[in-house]
Amino acid sequence: MTMLRRCLALGFLALLLALGQPALAQVQDQGRPSNEELQLMQQLQGQGPLTGRVSIPDQRAATLIQPAGKEWRDFWRGTSPWIGGIAIGGMLALLVLFFLIRGRVPMEGGRSGETITRFNGLDRFAHWLTAISFLVLAITGLNIAFGRDLLLPLIGPEAFSAFSDAGKVAHNFLSFPFTLGILLMLVLWVRDNIPSRLDLEWLAAGGGIIGHGHAHARRFNGGQKAIFWSVVLMGGAIAVTGYFLMFPFTVVADVGGMQTTQMVHSVLSMILVAIILAHIYIGTIGMEGAFHAMGSGEVDLNWAEAHHDLWAEEIRARERRETGTAPGAMPAE
Amino acid sequence: MARMKFLCDAERCIECNACVTACKNENEVPWGINRRRVVTLNDGEMGKERSISMACMHCTDAPCAAVCPVDCFYTTADAVVLHSKELCIGCGYCFYACPFGAPQYPQLGNFGGRGKMDKCTFCAGGPEADNTPAEYARYGANRLAEGKLPLCAEMCSTKALLAGDGEIIAAIYKERVVTRGYGSGAWGWSTAYPDSQGV
Repeated sequence: MTMLRRCLALGFLALLLALGQPALAQVQDQGRPSNEELQLMQQLQGQGPLTGRVSIPDQRAATLIQPAGKEWRDFWRGTSPWIGGIAIGGMLALLVLFFLIRGRVPMEGGRSGETITRFNGLDRFAHWLTAISFLVLAITGLNIAFGRDLLLPLIGPEAFSAFSDAGKVAHNFLSFPFTLGILLMLVLWVRDNIPSRLDLEWLAAGGGIIGHGHAHARRFNGGQKAIFWSVVLMGGAIAVTGYFLMFPFTVVADVGGMQTTQMVHSVLSMILVAIILAHIYIGTIGMEGAFHAMGSGEVDLNWAEAHHDLWAEEIRARERRETGTAPGAMPAE
Repeated sequence: MARMKFLCDAERCIECNACVTACKNENEVPWGINRRRVVTLNDGEMGKERSISMACMHCTDAPCAAVCPVDCFYTTADAVVLHSKELCIGCGYCFYACPFGAPQYPQLGNFGGRGKMDKCTFCAGGPEADNTPAEYARYGANRLAEGKLPLCAEMCSTKALLAGDGEIIAAIYKERVVTRGYGSGAWGWSTAYPDSQGV
């Protein structure tokens, strides 16, 4: 009798279990998200954020779950250090190797003693305004990307945080002179940086640094134009994305947009740092006589004729015309 | 040691926002900051509307801690994810990574105005000595050190919001689901605790 009752009870329980299947399935499916949560996630095409309504003023709080944060995290801790490491580390390795093989490119024919003006005060102001702010921006930016892994273990959390905090302030403020410098350089030099057929010939001749023959060049050769356009275009994009990040959720409305902005900002910045490393190399230890162009603004005539023959000719012709004309007459051009 | 978790039973939450208010009051959260919020999904749709109270879920392998450029996060013995406002530089990266939108920034910095990040501490204070004025000023209450659980869950009128050891609150929730015969799952658990058993 008790046996029968027990069997009946078990049968009834089995029936209950069968009826309560969906709920129990959730309970028993260990390690899996609930069905309803999954359904809602799928309704929002899998990866979209799950948004509802909130009664508080901050409407961003209405997003209950944003799964894209995971991808951004993977980028920031996984992909981004690789991109930066390969771009910057690779460039440094390349420059060291190049220096060991080629050495310092000497000035052809030595110094002539005679100089011509390559960059006037405003030119140099624009360059160094951008350059100095870029250096600080690059160091503080790379600190955000790599400091935790490279610098933090060396100096400890307190010092590292103090440095990063000051770095963040510097990064924010120096974005303004950097942007101003880029705009100034764009206005000053854009007319001399329009790509032309000469640039292709320059490239074919190995830019004068790989081979020995020099291609003709006006004020800026192909390499310098490449630097100019990467600084203006990439630097401009970095500045714009930087301002989006600095004023979060003002132009870019949602968290997904902020993630994308951060990704664009970091990747472009790290590539630009790599490009600028090459620019710094060639302007300083890489080539004799090159630094004077941005240092004093005066370059040796032999250097000018070797690297920018058409421009040097133009300048000398203008000088001859100017000295030849009577005072008070209209200047040439 | 316990593994502290939050669990919001969407079948019980009535969107009264008492948890939000309790949190703000208990921790004297700055103006404009909500460490906890109630989100209503399918608002106004008969039978489909669900409200969920959400705050920091104190994730296993927390994304905020992973992306922080100054590594200011730490996990307590109770698996509560906390951070040091001493070290935080207010960069905002934790907000980009957090699946639950937990990190908040009082408008104190320059320009876009990010001050030190503020988020739910599971009423467990911060790195300062327990229940000191310095800890309270920065992080709010440290109820855990007093042997109490977070106030939001403690005073939830329908007991929709549960806080405590993960296994215990999961058992309570399972019992409810079995008794009721339905449940919409523990919101966010699959995201926050991928390694733990699902509910």
